[in-house]
Amino acid sequence: MEQFDFVEIKVPAKPEYVGVVRLSVSGVANRMGFSYEDIEDLKVAISEAMTNATTHAYEESDGGEVTIGFGLYENRLEVMVADHGGSFDLAKVKEGIGPYRQSESIEDLREGGFGLFLINALMDKVEIKNEYGVIVLMTKYLHTNEVGLDDDQISATQ
Amino acid sequence: MNINLDVELVEKETTMHLLLSGEIDAYTAPKLKEQLLPLTKRTGMELLVDLEKVNYMDSTGLGVFISALKSSKEYDSKLKLVHLQDRVRRLFEITSLDSIITIESTVRGGN
Repeated sequence: MEQFDFVEIKVPAKPEYVGVVRLSVSGVANRMGFSYEDIEDLKVAISEAMTNATTHAYEESDGGEVTIGFGLYENRLEVMVADHGGSFDLAKVKEGIGPYRQSESIEDLREGGFGLFLINALMDKVEIKNEYGVIVLMTKYLHTNEVGLDDDQISATQ
Repeated sequence: MNINLDVELVEKETTMHLLLSGEIDAYTAPKLKEQLLPLTKRTGMELLVDLEKVNYMDSTGLGVFISALKSSKEYDSKLKLVHLQDRVRRLFEITSLDSIITIESTVRGGN
């Protein structure tokens, strides 16, 4: 089985803790050797997932907790953000995802809804499970300087 | 390291400078919205939001600036975001919001 370290953090589902979790992911990613850019991507993606989790918990008004799990693998970081509050309508959430389109009028512009879009844009792989509460599983690969076989650079130098 | 957000307002005749420093996230965004929205309701005024010292922002910040933009259109004031760090600017680009929100072209690197 693939070796990995696992770090788990549990925080109250309150916005105050979004920044705290962001500092934690920054530390973990730094230790793993991620680049500055990738660390900033991770900070935004994990904060977005945390924000969603605290919003759900707030709506359910059960003052729950959010569990954040980091799986530190040799070539990637997997981050799980789970809230144990009520579930949400995933299909409905997906409808509201995407960048701003020129055809939209400013009046109709949504003020939320960019969160999941950003998670998708900034992470390499995203899975959302909606069984017992909502679980967002995100993966970011460590890019080393070695040129891989499937790297674009190979075709570019031909 | 500052994970909070400080807001300072400098008023001149027809321009208001709102200097932000810190991080804009789910915790600090509501406070920012509360301070920003009333300023957009001053018809004819120009509001410059200086983000030079904002080293982190996520979609909650985008949401605040979208509401501010809507409000400024409604009240016929001007809203401009200036001195964005590259990372913050990137979020506006990824979401294509840079096509509707005025962002000053001078690029300054992050500190």
